Amino acid sequence: MDLWSLEPVALPAELDVLRRDVRAFLAKELSSGRIAANCDQWLGGWDHAFSLRLGERGWIGMAFPAQYGGSAAGALARFVVTEELLAAGAPVAAHWIADRQSGPGLLKFGTEEQKRAFLPRIARGECFFAAGMSEPDTGSDLASVRTRGRQVNGGWRLTGTKVWVSGAHRAHAMIALARTEPRTANRHAGLTQFIIELPDPDVHIRPIRLLTGEHHFNEVVLDEVFVPNARVLGEPGSGWHQVTSELAMERSGPERILSTFPLLAVAADHLAENGERSSASRVGAVVGRLWALRQLSLAVAGRLEAGAAPAVEAAAVKDLGTRFESVVIDTVRLLSQVVPDLGSNRPLPRMLAESILHSPGFTLRGGTNEILRGVVAKELGVR
Amino acid sequence: MSEIIAALVATVREASAKQCDIGAVTACADGGWNAELWTALEQIGVTMLSVPEEHGGAGGDVAAAVAVLEVLGEYSAGVPLAETALLAGWLIAGCGATVPSGPMTAAVASPELRTRQEDTGLSVRGTVARVPWARYAHHVAVLDNGRVILLGRSDFLLEQGTNLAGEPRDDLAINAIVPASRVHEPSADSAISVQAFYGRAALARAALMAGAARRALELAVAYAGEREQFGRPIAKFQAVQQHLAAMAGEVLLSKMAVEAAALALDTQGDADVAVAAAKLVAGQMAGVVASLAHQIHGAIGFTEEHPLRHSTTRLWAWRDESGNEDEWSGVLGQRVVSEGTGGLWSLLTGAR
Repeated sequence: MDLWSLEPVALPAELDVLRRDVRAFLAKELSSGRIAANCDQWLGGWDHAFSLRLGERGWIGMAFPAQYGGSAAGALARFVVTEELLAAGAPVAAHWIADRQSGPGLLKFGTEEQKRAFLPRIARGECFFAAGMSEPDTGSDLASVRTRGRQVNGGWRLTGTKVWVSGAHRAHAMIALARTEPRTANRHAGLTQFIIELPDPDVHIRPIRLLTGEHHFNEVVLDEVFVPNARVLGEPGSGWHQVTSELAMERSGPERILSTFPLLAVAADHLAENGERSSASRVGAVVGRLWALRQLSLAVAGRLEAGAAPAVEAAAVKDLGTRFESVVIDTVRLLSQVVPDLGSNRPLPRMLAESILHSPGFTLRGGTNEILRGVVAKELGVR
Repeated sequence: MSEIIAALVATVREASAKQCDIGAVTACADGGWNAELWTALEQIGVTMLSVPEEHGGAGGDVAAAVAVLEVLGEYSAGVPLAETALLAGWLIAGCGATVPSGPMTAAVASPELRTRQEDTGLSVRGTVARVPWARYAHHVAVLDNGRVILLGRSDFLLEQGTNLAGEPRDDLAINAIVPASRVHEPSADSAISVQAFYGRAALARAALMAGAARRALELAVAYAGEREQFGRPIAKFQAVQQHLAAMAGEVLLSKMAVEAAALALDTQGDADVAVAAAKLVAGQMAGVVASLAHQIHGAIGFTEEHPLRHSTTRLWAWRDESGNEDEWSGVLGQRVVSEGTGGLWSLLTGAR
């Protein structure tokens, strides 16, 4: 299956009903003041109560089969729900990692006991996960992780340090990637994924504050943490394969396009109220590109729905989409001529400020754009 | 893509590969056309793709026509398939008339075109500028005030011109009495309008652009693998790899936009946003892909002898035909305005 055989997806009409339900729910949430629209809420918008309300409606863990609390609704239904949540600027960070990657990972590689222990709670919005991948000396080169797992009686002892772990201070579990066999010429071999339930007295979590002072990221120090055999995820030694199988899901979703959409929506509203022709065309340029990016992301969701793991296509989506997220900022900034202000009570200056200050992360998280282009170059046969 | 369309596209690819060698493409580069390929396409039965069979077309949908156009763009094929099938054929069939055989082209009448009803037919006088492929067309369908006037070769004087790729873009000086049998009114259920015409022309152009860009990328990948500097192929340099990947991303995005827009045109009532976005993105892509393709090729790609020019000159020509980025951005911006407060997301998703 190559890059060029990707096909456009027309969403089935029955998903319109789902979309209308989500929209109506969100309109109520926003108008009642229970939630507020903001940019980049899949990183910054942690709201446990909101996640519970989504869980009640069956909008978390949608891809899980019914016996694990889901509705087996598939990748396209999940696409519709997540894009509606992101476009509305809803606070989805609490359940984001669990819904997007930990849950599907458990479903694919977990034991029956693990699935029963976690998936229904994830789907109810009661159990949140963190992803422990990067380390102080390990960023793009994930296979170089130094966190070690040592086999002991009844399980494993993990020692090492994970960084940039979003939400670890509030999550109920973290899936950590660790080296469990000495490094050999095949550097992808000998890695294992572990489910570490939190809190744990031997897991020390410290904030790594963003440049705004916000606390989302953490340093997570594992100090001889005991993980029972029952919390090994998948096969010991198969961690690399398991981690990379999540990439298509992690990199292709609408969150790679829509992090700044709430800002664009506010700018479009201003335009609709008092726009001039020249500014209309500048907003139109962004809107057209967004339309196309959404179709591309949707086409990848179509492949996911069909059971494929379109990692290269996903890399392309993320490279194009995350650069676009910053184009939105510049377009709105130059058009509105508003001074960005985090403390403003008006949405435009505030969203502009939070978008600018979050923007360095767009092209870093989940694989830098340089790495992503490397993935595409490999597919082209030049690497 | 259905198996039938996939097979059709594969046949078109085979014919194009055979008829569009570098000699044939170069022979078209100054106002020529590829008559052999046209004959082959007629035999395959794709020159009237998307025109309903009851009006003399080949049936099929716009998605199928777009898939064929992508291949033709890839091969720099000098044939008026977009004009014949998606424009002239669509106009004529939309009037309930039967499409004539042979290559055709189409245009929207300029405001200064004068018409007057006379006993022998409709008197038509005036000029239409830059009509694609007009010198090779057996008929020119002109959309004038909601009706379709079908001109024959003797109805106008033709002044030859070309675009940046050397494709014919001819000015027509029309002075004719057109009999009623060649003046058609759209059927009650037809979607014919100036706006719809421009949209289809833009979509066809964007499909050709996606194909041309794909070829420019292929040439760049191949060249980067062959050309050695500092003791290794330049493809081994990360800077070059990053350029190639950036090109691939742009091409993939354009291709998906075009195909999704064709799907929208085939299945949805309102495809205006889709079509505008497809041409906008194609225009944005054209500049990036053409400049990176040349950058990777170095000076040799900038010469007359090198085949790259056939793809890049098309990208540069086509991005300004049927509406450039700014024009389609303007259309989209106006849609955003008319959608009103809170309407942007509905506009993007097509769901209210």
